[in-house]
Amino acid sequence: MAAIYSLYIINKSGGLIFYKDYGSAGRMDTNDSLRVASLWHSMHAISQQLSPTVGCSGIELLEADTFDLHCFQSLTGTKFFVVCEPGTQHMEGLLTVIYELYTDYVLKNPFYEMEMPIRCELFDINLTQAIQKDRVALLGR
Amino acid sequence: MAPGVPRSGDAMFASVEHVNVEIFTLTYGAIVRQLLADLEEVEEVNKQLEQMGYNIGIRLVDEFLAKCNVLRCVDFRETAEVIAKVGFKMFLGLSASVTNWDAEGTCCSMVLEDNPLVDSVELPDTCQGLYYCNILSGVIRGALEMVSMKTEVTWARDMLRGDDAFELQVKLLKQVPEENPYKDDE
Repeated sequence: MAAIYSLYIINKSGGLIFYKDYGSAGRMDTNDSLRVASLWHSMHAISQQLSPTVGCSGIELLEADTFDLHCFQSLTGTKFFVVCEPGTQHMEGLLTVIYELYTDYVLKNPFYEMEMPIRCELFDINLTQAIQKDRVALLGR
Repeated sequence: MAPGVPRSGDAMFASVEHVNVEIFTLTYGAIVRQLLADLEEVEEVNKQLEQMGYNIGIRLVDEFLAKCNVLRCVDFRETAEVIAKVGFKMFLGLSASVTNWDAEGTCCSMVLEDNPLVDSVELPDTCQGLYYCNILSGVIRGALEMVSMKTEVTWARDMLRGDDAFELQVKLLKQVPEENPYKDDE
């Protein structure tokens, strides 16, 4: 049972720098994933302007019939969002863990160019482990 | 760790892996010596050190934000305090204090209590214009730029040049808020 369907990381200009599919529907076409990412980036920005509350930092949770979307934006503008089964718990915690993995294995790689697509093996390995751990914890409840 | 509860600099410093300070000091010294040999001009070396620091700062800031759980600072005063108390402590194990605020609250001084970069370092007469620790000013400038603040960071006092302390002057030039994908008139 895959509680998480997919994970996206967007840079501060809205470009997709990382996309991973965990669902059984198969990997989305590259163009589609780019489109989804820039769509979300725009919606996130618009939501800040539309919000009735002052100092709103954008959408954190989108609940739909067939999925939930949890989004975390760092203070540097990088967005991490995960599409998961409705009602999945503790996604905020997972996003924080993924942010830490990003700082450890992507940013500290001197050959990684900022704002560019992430191609860091260590990041992939550690990310898979984190998602697995999360999956085990979810099933255990 | 509980979300939204910032961790103290001491706790952060204690929780990360430590490296031998001699290796750190020697590595930094080797970098400065090599830059002097390659570039020859002291001003060029200052600029290059600052640029290197900038490249470090733009990556370091996310690590700081991820590990320290700090919330968005309300104003520049809070930013300066966080850098001095948590940032310097976490990465260099040193404490800094913030003083000398100007009237608008956009310019302050950070006095470093000690400085691991300069252990056993003496500047020769040929390098008197060198800001040996200029990498630190770049790091702060790079880090703040990634959180939408354009700053100018310079050395007000430098112990290697005969002053009694290491003092950085951090000046906020402007806040650059994130650009929206859509302009209002479109």
